[in-house]
Amino acid sequence: MKKEFLKGNEAMAEAAVRAGCRFFAGYPITPQNEIPEHLSRRLFEVGGEFVQAESEVAASYMVYGSSMTGTRCMTSSSGCGLALKAEGIGYITGARLPAVVINVGRGGPGLGQILPSQQDYLSATKAPSNGGARAFVLAPSNVQEAVDLVYEAFDIADKYRCVCYVLTDGVIGNMMEGVVLPEMRDLSSLPDKSDWVVTKRGPGPNTQFGNKRIITSWQNTGEELEATNQVFADMLEGWKANETRYEAYQMDDAEVVFAAYGTSARVAKTVVNKMRAEGIKAGLLRPITLFPFPEKPFEALDAAKVKKVICLEMSIPGQLIEDVRAFVDKKIPVEHFGRSGGVILKPEEAYEASKKML
Amino acid sequence: MEKSLLIAGFGGQGVMLIGKTLCLTANDNGMNATFFPAYGTAQRGGTANCTCIISDEEIGSPVCETFDNLIVMNEPSYQKFAPTLKEGGEIILNSSMVTSRPADGVKYYAIDSIKIANDLGNTKVANMVILGAYIAVAGNLDVDQVKEQVKHALHGKEALFDINMKAIDAGIAAVKSA
Repeated sequence: MKKEFLKGNEAMAEAAVRAGCRFFAGYPITPQNEIPEHLSRRLFEVGGEFVQAESEVAASYMVYGSSMTGTRCMTSSSGCGLALKAEGIGYITGARLPAVVINVGRGGPGLGQILPSQQDYLSATKAPSNGGARAFVLAPSNVQEAVDLVYEAFDIADKYRCVCYVLTDGVIGNMMEGVVLPEMRDLSSLPDKSDWVVTKRGPGPNTQFGNKRIITSWQNTGEELEATNQVFADMLEGWKANETRYEAYQMDDAEVVFAAYGTSARVAKTVVNKMRAEGIKAGLLRPITLFPFPEKPFEALDAAKVKKVICLEMSIPGQLIEDVRAFVDKKIPVEHFGRSGGVILKPEEAYEASKKML
Repeated sequence: MEKSLLIAGFGGQGVMLIGKTLCLTANDNGMNATFFPAYGTAQRGGTANCTCIISDEEIGSPVCETFDNLIVMNEPSYQKFAPTLKEGGEIILNSSMVTSRPADGVKYYAIDSIKIANDLGNTKVANMVILGAYIAVAGNLDVDQVKEQVKHALHGKEALFDINMKAIDAGIAAVKSA
């Protein structure tokens, strides 16, 4: 198959189209603009709809409405744009609707910087909205993986009727790399949603007012909402048990373990290779699902063998490190090295800083 | 074997075009390549640079602090990036706009790209002269394949093929006669 050479943002946008995405609403923000740019042309070619909304908040609710009709839909943004979309993400989650959200991370907090950063780990994995809403969070570390995960994100969103959140950063969004694009999905092969979509009538879990269907995140009683939240809790337990993903690189005999995701994981790989060349037994654990977090490989680190865990992140203070510390044996020291604010982490400095920690 | 290259200059000098052309050629050849651009808010006249990494193995970090090769298109870029050259690395400098020269022992090629382009009849192909020079220095990319990429980028402007191809050849010749 032909390996094309594409910019991460464009490649992710095309992957969404091929996964069956037929509605996108967004609002411009750097460094993700090539996603709406590509879709503004491409969606019309495949019979879809594209809306440049009047605001991020509006865009998130347009996706909410689109999902109620059963259409595969997506929005994308960065940093403070996601903060605005948080409102719609909560409604989508509460109403148990599938949607895909891409965050091409930039520096924060606030308006911050347009340059690449990984400062949305906590907001993505812990609280993408209010009320305890959680999203399934995927973190690609190269353009091919970004394409593959965006493609799959629509299946995950449909399977669980949840928000599937692809957390990338401005490096992956703006770099060009070789990529094999997936097949165009046949829309007739997509999951059947006829038992709940609002565009149909008749009996369903959400039928009210005779045979009309209603979709809302509002619940009439506390008991009903509690029951729904129990459904969410069970779903999250299922994710933890069945859906965690990670990559273990040079881990068999590793005494120094790097923990990193996304662009930082690529930097970490370069550092691991350099250390291995010097005889230092370094390895890398790279979470691919950030939520559910891959707890097991971190719990399995043996204190008798592993001398140190080093989290590399484009965030100051570290954020990934909070999850890593929670699952690594307390006898193993866990340290952080990172850059922030849009300063891209470089392998040379990460190597130097890590060497000093050994 | 992994080779890192930084190309730096003003926006409008063809910094991104040179980088993309090299990476596209490598990608089409079955090699791994990453292209990471960095530029200011001004497209033309602002600072622009890109990092190109080409390897026959999996590429780790797509960014780095030190490089195997540098292409510097103007004096400010030379001042900023000359110290990032790895020991034993090589610099191609656009001597039409770079007055400084590296310290003794550093291998470099001074290419008077604007004069060469003017002699060919169009200043705008100065970046193709530099591209040709890099192909000659790097030695790991096929000239004809690079030319095909340039023709692809010039799709619809077939009248410009000839002068651009000549500019690439002139860049190669400039390195060989240096």
